[in-house]
Amino acid sequence: MSKNFRLEKGGLVNRNKKISFKFNGKKYFGYEGDTLASALIANGVHLVGRSFKYHRPRGFFGAGVDEPYALVQMNRNDEVDPNVRATEQELFEGLEAKSVNCWPNVEFDIGAINNFLNKFFPAGFYYKTFMWPKSFWYKVYEPIIRKAAGFGSASTKHDKERYEHKYEYCDLLITGSGPAGLASAYAAAKNGAKVILAEDKSRFGGSLLTSEVTIGNQSGQEWAEKIISELKSMPNVIVKNRSQVFGYYDHNMLVMSERISDHLPKTEKYVPKQKLWYIRAKEVIISSGSIERPLVFGNNDTPGVILSSAAKEYLKIYGVLVGKKPLIFTNNDSGYETAIEFKKNGVEPIILDTRKNPNSEIIKEAKDLNINIKFSYVVVAAKGYKKVKSADIAKISDDKKNLSNIENLKCDCICVSGFWTPTIHLASQSGNKSIFNEEIDAFIPNQSKQKETTLGSANGIFTLEETLKTSFQKGNELSKKITNKENKISIPSIVEKKTSKHDKFWCVPLPKGKYYKRFLDFQNDVAVSDIQLALREGYRSIEHVKRYTTLGMATDQGKTSNLNGLQLVSDVENKVVPQVGHTTFRPPYTPISIGAIVGREIGKHSKPTRKSPMHYWHEKNNAVFVDAGVWLRPRYYKQRNENLFEASKREAKNVRQNVGVCDVTTLGKIDIKGPDSAEFLNRVYTNAWLKLPVGKARYGVMLREDGIVMDDGTTTRISENHYHMTTTTAQAANVLSHLEYYLQLVWPELNVNVVSSTEQWAGAAIAGPKSREVLQKLFPDLDVSKEGLPFMGYMEGNLFGVNAKIYRISFSGELAYEVNVESDNGIFMWEKIIEIGKEFNIQPYGTEALSTLRIEMGHVAGSELDGRTIPYDNSLDGLISKKKDFIGKRSLSKSAYVASDRQKIVGVVPLDKKTSIPEGSYIVKDAKAKLPNPKLGHVSASCWSVEYDNPFSLAIIKDGKNMIGQKLFAMSPLKNKTIPVEIVSSHYVDPKGERVRS
Amino acid sequence: MLHIKCPHCGLRSQNEFTYGGDATVKRPELNKEISDQEWDNFVYLRKSPRGNHLELWQHISGCRQWIKVERDTLTHEIFKTFKANEEV
Ligand SMILES: [Zn+2]
Repeated sequence: MSKNFRLEKGGLVNRNKKISFKFNGKKYFGYEGDTLASALIANGVHLVGRSFKYHRPRGFFGAGVDEPYALVQMNRNDEVDPNVRATEQELFEGLEAKSVNCWPNVEFDIGAINNFLNKFFPAGFYYKTFMWPKSFWYKVYEPIIRKAAGFGSASTKHDKERYEHKYEYCDLLITGSGPAGLASAYAAAKNGAKVILAEDKSRFGGSLLTSEVTIGNQSGQEWAEKIISELKSMPNVIVKNRSQVFGYYDHNMLVMSERISDHLPKTEKYVPKQKLWYIRAKEVIISSGSIERPLVFGNNDTPGVILSSAAKEYLKIYGVLVGKKPLIFTNNDSGYETAIEFKKNGVEPIILDTRKNPNSEIIKEAKDLNINIKFSYVVVAAKGYKKVKSADIAKISDDKKNLSNIENLKCDCICVSGFWTPTIHLASQSGNKSIFNEEIDAFIPNQSKQKETTLGSANGIFTLEETLKTSFQKGNELSKKITNKENKISIPSIVEKKTSKHDKFWCVPLPKGKYYKRFLDFQNDVAVSDIQLALREGYRSIEHVKRYTTLGMATDQGKTSNLNGLQLVSDVENKVVPQVGHTTFRPPYTPISIGAIVGREIGKHSKPTRKSPMHYWHEKNNAVFVDAGVWLRPRYYKQRNENLFEASKREAKNVRQNVGVCDVTTLGKIDIKGPDSAEFLNRVYTNAWLKLPVGKARYGVMLREDGIVMDDGTTTRISENHYHMTTTTAQAANVLSHLEYYLQLVWPELNVNVVSSTEQWAGAAIAGPKSREVLQKLFPDLDVSKEGLPFMGYMEGNLFGVNAKIYRISFSGELAYEVNVESDNGIFMWEKIIEIGKEFNIQPYGTEALSTLRIEMGHVAGSELDGRTIPYDNSLDGLISKKKDFIGKRSLSKSAYVASDRQKIVGVVPLDKKTSIPEGSYIVKDAKAKLPNPKLGHVSASCWSVEYDNPFSLAIIKDGKNMIGQKLFAMSPLKNKTIPVEIVSSHYVDPKGERVRS
Repeated sequence: MLHIKCPHCGLRSQNEFTYGGDATVKRPELNKEISDQEWDNFVYLRKSPRGNHLELWQHISGCRQWIKVERDTLTHEIFKTFKANEEV
């Protein structure tokens, strides 16, 4: 038989444009408008993969999103894309794809041995077998399972494709462009509503593309084309193909994935590969149609067994025959449409109808065409390994229990139709509790939960006339409510064939002595016998049966298998399906690529990068930057071949000996105004604030209500009712919210306003014994002497024509000042400081030197105020007011917080004065103690003391105040280091704080 | 993603807000003598109801106001929103 399965004419593909592609390394040809699936079938290729568990040969079962078998690995644009459905992948020139799940190749697959051992792979096999011994998991079981399992393999390279996100709002979102979608979109658009119409395929029209109907005086396909082109021309309508609405989330938020470039050989420049649309819709119309159900019989997974609707679609859209000797196996009239289509194209089908004596227009048409129809007949088993070669068929008794007249019939494909299952996923995700409809043996949506309305066959309506009538009406009704406009549309006359009732029968019994596998879930290899076993073993809840057998858990989420699984459970359990209930539908309806979910938020785009106004000066002066929250801060300024350690030591030393300047713009700043500001600060901070004079700053600590330190910083009284608060860089946003919480909710009677002013000010800290001389030269008119501007003093000045605020505060422990100017003047200020400081040997210093300076002074920072410590732990006892109440005070008297051996901050020096102690090390008494070694606490911060030229660390350890002078050990299992240390005071340098006051 | 009606700004997406917990918790008055038990209840203990819940949200990327939201924790349905100082 010829390998060419393409008809001479027909279909919607462009026969003028031939396209070459490769599958499993072999070259084939197709046409523009083909999918990979249709092009392969046209070339007679039906073996495309292997199944998940038994590695049985796999062909094509559907023609679209419901496809459970034909997953391929795509190479496109130098990228690997695993698990692409061949039925959805459009053909393009040079496409390359290969099979998944088979090794060494699809024709000869080692894993297929599982198929012959399948008695050993029953339901729950993995749970039962691999439980013991535990150690075998890592060494034996897991590697084997991992090698054999899984569809396709993901790329380990960085995905260079571009993915985008978009937010959209509309009056009506319509999911699916079949008759229901088109009619409702048209009616709504005519009423002026903002409409989004989404179609997951490349072609609009849904079932209208393949059904033999007349609307007005046009064919269904012509009518669909006309409506779509009119919708596209309307400014209030967005029409999108290749777009799958895959999730219905809360408050009418739906998410749609648009495949913009997947059907092209290359993604164009500045065009994304895929776009994720977040759509907030006022009304949602679910017109997602229905999926044909399989019939279940022996070896029903053999390549060549295919849904009858898919066979029709390959014929009508692609002009491709799935076989030249087709057997149609049906329990309803849909199979006849496929048979008639074969017949019209010169192929002789045979119909097996499970029904005894059905009668309808379409059956009469088939009879008139002299198609061979066998009533009360079933397929018992498909024969053939890699492709259907024949079928055992039999007559079935009226009670559907007994088979007789078993014979073998030559055929090359079996097109099955077990009636239709409405696609209710989106309605179900919306919260709609579906109900079982006896008439169609399937679930349909019930009461709307959000703003969803389900129309057409998704709602169990299978006649075109009824679908169009209700859809025009609903589209009109829903949009009218929103736009207050109505544009009456006359409903065209419709010609369609009347159908007869389907048969409830769907699962062919096994003949005596035969044990064919009858599959329910084709992707996960779940057979009838697996479900029966699970039920025998006591599983009752459908959710448990699902998990135990993996029914419906593959990437197709049971689109074709769900309902048959439920039917089986209800048959065995002697229950009706509604009592069994169905498993929960969860988004996404189809697999969505990780890239699309992440969108543009990758690498540096995942969060904003904030830079100080002096950033470009730092860059020009060889700063090496570090991420500080969302800020970029200079970590050190590299000179010649210096490394981090050498540079930071030089910078810190220069601060201690001469003067340094540090960019402190990133510190959080909050402007506080109002007559009750002092009272408010007094409640927020642990120390007293009512008597702070104007022109003075004070250091403060604020707690959470549970007594844990939230943040620290200085706040300055600028004028009577105006304060300037600083916070740490990391906590700035949290502190603002914290203040707003208390002002708005707890103490609304306080007349205070707070606003962030972090970005309004550029800040420079000038620190070191020579800083006063630099400051004097910057502000020659001001008295910045010890008396004129004492420690914690504040004054305003004029810096060569620029307004400046000067705070005498210090983080480095040296004589120091912070100068703030408006951000736009930041670079002017910075360059002036550098220029004027030159004669005093000023050097810029980065965060590493800053850390060194504060650590050896014992000043706490984020690594000590880590959300686990109270003020006492950080030796901040002096800041806790005994006289007044404040946020978190009540917690400080809890027994654990006042325990005599409570943890406390200490200094740690290695005995050899050489070995640096890794941050995070444990402090332990006995380095050789049995594991787990009881730890006293941990090292929070480490530096190289420039004052003493040896390593120094801070640690928070149990009973810290009584540990000073003890010889202990710092252990870092991570770095595999054990270092003998001595515990000293946390104030290693200048313990009396004389320098800051000098 | 929830759609929250800020009483000051109107309907906005959830990602403009941060969650602030149970809105019915009252902070004990300042300087009031209270037992450890009462204080712990205030600091740590929260109900986790299935259904109606009055909770705080801050419109952090909008007007920065703390607001009260009456929401069903099971269905996410939002029944009503209130300004911070509005009686429920
Ligand atoms: Zn707001």
